[in-house]
Amino acid sequence: MSPHGRPKGSYRSAEHEGTPVTALLDVRGLNKRFGGLVVTDRLDLQVQPREIHALIGPNGAGKTTLVAQLAGQLASDSGTVHFGGEDITRLVAHQRARRGLLRSFQITRLFKSLSVRENVAFAVQAGQGRTFSAWAPVRRDARLIEQAQAVLERIGLAARGDASIEQLSHGEQRALEVGLTLASRPLLVLLDEPMAGMGAQESAAMARLIEGLRDDCAVLLIEHDVDSVFRLADTVSVLVNGAIVASGRPDAVRNDPAVIAAYLGDAEDAS
Amino acid sequence: MTPARAATLVALAAAVALPWLLRAFGAEFYLSVASRIVVFAIAATSLNLLLGYGGMVSLGHAAFVGLGAYASGVLLSEGVQSAGVHLLATVGVVAVAALLIGAVSLRTRGVYFIMITLAFAQMLFYLANSIKGYGGDEGLTLRTRMLLPGGVDLRDADSFYFVALAVLASTLLLLARFAASRFGRAVQALRDDEIRAEALGLPTFACKLVVFVAAGVLAGIAGALSVNLQGYVSPNVLHWTQSGTLLVMVILGGVGTLWGGVAGAAVLLLLQELLAAQTEHWEFWIGWVLLAVVLFARRGLAGVFERRRA
Repeated sequence: MSPHGRPKGSYRSAEHEGTPVTALLDVRGLNKRFGGLVVTDRLDLQVQPREIHALIGPNGAGKTTLVAQLAGQLASDSGTVHFGGEDITRLVAHQRARRGLLRSFQITRLFKSLSVRENVAFAVQAGQGRTFSAWAPVRRDARLIEQAQAVLERIGLAARGDASIEQLSHGEQRALEVGLTLASRPLLVLLDEPMAGMGAQESAAMARLIEGLRDDCAVLLIEHDVDSVFRLADTVSVLVNGAIVASGRPDAVRNDPAVIAAYLGDAEDAS
Repeated sequence: MTPARAATLVALAAAVALPWLLRAFGAEFYLSVASRIVVFAIAATSLNLLLGYGGMVSLGHAAFVGLGAYASGVLLSEGVQSAGVHLLATVGVVAVAALLIGAVSLRTRGVYFIMITLAFAQMLFYLANSIKGYGGDEGLTLRTRMLLPGGVDLRDADSFYFVALAVLASTLLLLARFAASRFGRAVQALRDDEIRAEALGLPTFACKLVVFVAAGVLAGIAGALSVNLQGYVSPNVLHWTQSGTLLVMVILGGVGTLWGGVAGAAVLLLLQELLAAQTEHWEFWIGWVLLAVVLFARRGLAGVFERRRA
């Protein structure tokens, strides 16, 4: 791997050579248990390049655990994860990120002692490597600042670069939370409830942002807001008790009896 | 020129002129106090790199000061005076030790990290006590000092002061550059939120290990200098209370500030000097000063002057 960027070509070149197109993310038989509690149960999941793939499921279905397993924060008990054709099952979080698999967090995690722009600039540099350069001032790295500014524009915070994290509204913080994952030009982003705690207007802006990602990368979207999920997603998978019970086009999944029983019926009752 | 840069140059000029100033006032004795402050400032700055910049609270930093001190002390007792050999030995020994101790300790966090670094330091303390060939618990008294190229002998008080001052100035320059660099930004980010930094692609363990080893080596150099100042090394340099003293200096001076280690070392050692002449309960009064700083100036004495870390 070159020190200046992750290998992007592996999976795309395979596509050009006419070999069978593999899924960008290919999860087989993934398991995780905490003591006696099975959280992820022989889970299979495929995410195709540049699709918006929504993952829904009732509370406690194991969505956030799955994100941690996929991003490498949590080791799986068994099963395999392939990304861009490469077996990444044994890789730790930063290695997966350098290969273009990024995640956001359900509870906002930002760098409080850095400004908004510095947050994004750090995310850019973390994706690039060259971490141990300890002499040249990072503030004069014009390319880094330019890339950071491009991300800020994309997430609607172009004018807020010099603000501190505390000065941002909740919606702005959530936008930055997602923006950090976009900074290193990912191939796949795992967005863990990006609309959590948002008002209608902020949710709509976030939906537009996610919609716009389709041109650049694949999205695995974990979300409670079922309406926006069905509007955005190319594929919807339903997670119940740690296993995928249905997966397919939104309208097919919406009418799947197993899904209605396990999830949508409850959700409609609740709303 | 910015006011900060002007202030730095004035401070540097004053520090360089100090031997002549002291002589003019007939107070040559205080040059050894100044030298002690400079050596402790290097050690405290190294701990500030680890604690303030890296967010790693170690209670075993004296281990590296002590290893450097013993590396230099043993060489002197064997008749080796070449500064090049001393530097190589100190850096080599301390870097290997810091790499091993760091590789184990950095797998833990918070209180566990404090305890495990403390445990390693105490192990070395008892080890030094048991090595009879190099003084055991009585320590090692040395009659010679390092020789630098050009016939500079650290036995000469002025020479020692200028060499130590040059090391401190280089340390501060490196720390300032580091803080504003990509690596500095990365370390700052991982101090804020390690899990997030790792999730964005930062090899956090490697980053922390590099900071740990760099801080250790710098502490070792301070230790080697201290032996050449005092002509004496004993297991006490490795004792955990020494780590505590360095911690007090960093907190007093300003955690995570460029000048924190310098300010802390200067204020603590000068207070010691002044109060010890007045009362044998000087530690009691220093406790009050520390309390006041923690309560009213959270970023320490240097933090009062620095608006924001670069």
